[in-house]
Amino acid sequence: MTAAPTTADKQSISPAPRSAVIRDALGVGTAVGLSGFAFGATAAGAGISVPQACAMSLLVFTGASQFALAGALGAGAAAPAAVAGAFFLSVRNAFYGLRLSQLLCLPRAVRPLAAHWVIDETTAVTLAQPDRAAARLGFTVTGASLYVLWNLTTLLGAYGASALGSPQTWGLDAAGPAVFLALLAPRLRAGGRERATAVLAAALLLMAQPLLPTGVPVLVAALAAPLVLLADRRGPGRRGTVVR
Amino acid sequence: MTVWIAIVVTAVGAYAVKLLGLSVPAGVLERPLVKRLAALVPIALLVALTVQETFGGTGRALVVDARAVGLAAATVAVVLRAPFLVVVGAAVVVTALVRHVGGAM
Repeated sequence: MTAAPTTADKQSISPAPRSAVIRDALGVGTAVGLSGFAFGATAAGAGISVPQACAMSLLVFTGASQFALAGALGAGAAAPAAVAGAFFLSVRNAFYGLRLSQLLCLPRAVRPLAAHWVIDETTAVTLAQPDRAAARLGFTVTGASLYVLWNLTTLLGAYGASALGSPQTWGLDAAGPAVFLALLAPRLRAGGRERATAVLAAALLLMAQPLLPTGVPVLVAALAAPLVLLADRRGPGRRGTVVR
Repeated sequence: MTVWIAIVVTAVGAYAVKLLGLSVPAGVLERPLVKRLAALVPIALLVALTVQETFGGTGRALVVDARAVGLAAATVAVVLRAPFLVVVGAAVVVTALVRHVGGAM
C-alpha cells in the first residue's frame, strides 16, 4: 500500500472483513490472555498473594509492568525501585495512545474507559486494520477478550499453575512475539519507511539490551522513528506511506 | 502493606500514562511531523518488543534458544501470508517441539 485507500476502496472492503477482524482480535485475546497463567504463577512464586496478583491484573493491566513489579518485589527490591521499573515499562503506552487517538477518533467521554485497554496487543490489532470501523471493532474486541481472560487466568495461575507446569514447556512464551510479528506484517509490507524503522528498531534493541536496565532498551529502540524521518528528509525524498 | 501501596502507585502511574497519550489535543496531532512520528513509533516499539521477547534471557543477557526457531517458523508463515492464528500456532508448536527434542533449550 503506497497510497491511502480511496473512500470507494474502504466501502467495498468494509462488510467482508468484519468477521475476520473479530476472529483475529479474539485470537489475540485468547493467545495472549492465556499467558495470564504465567503471570499468576510468577506472582505466586514471588510471594505475592492471590488478591494482590489479581489486583495487579485488574488495575495495572499492562503485562510487562506486572511481571516486572511482581519479580522485583519478590526478589526483595525496595518498593520505589520496583515501582519505577514497572512504570518505565508502561511509558510506551503513551505513544500507543497518541497513535490510537488518531485511528479510533474516540469521543471525549469514552477516552477514560478506553485508556485502560491501551496496551501492546490492542495497538497491534488496531494498526493492522484498513479503516476506522475495523480499527474500533478490533480495539474493542481485543481489549475486552484480553481483559477478561487475562484476569481469569491470573486468578487460576496464582492458585495452581504449578499443576500445569511451566508455560515454557508448551512453547507459550513464543506466542507473545509471534503475535506482534503477525500483526506488524501488513504495516511492514506497506512501505520502505516502515521497514527501515523496523530494522533500525531491532538493531537498537539488540545493542541496548545488554547495556541498559529493564524497560529502557525498548524506549531507546523507539528512537528509530525520528531517526528514519530525519534520514528521509535529508535523503533523496522517496515518499513513504500516506498517513491516514 | 508495602506491596499494596506499590501496586496502587503502579496502577495509577500506568493508567495516567495510557490516558495521557489518548488525550493529546487534536491540534497537536494534525501537525505533519507529529503524524508521521506517531505512525512510526508504535512500529518501532512493537518490533523492539518482538526482538526482546525472542532473544531476551535472564537479566540483560541475549540468548538464542527454542524461541528463535519458533519465531523463524512464524516468519516463514508470515512470508507465505498464512492467517494470524497459523502464524502464532507455528511459533508455539515449533518452540515446544524444539524444547522437547533438544532437552534444556
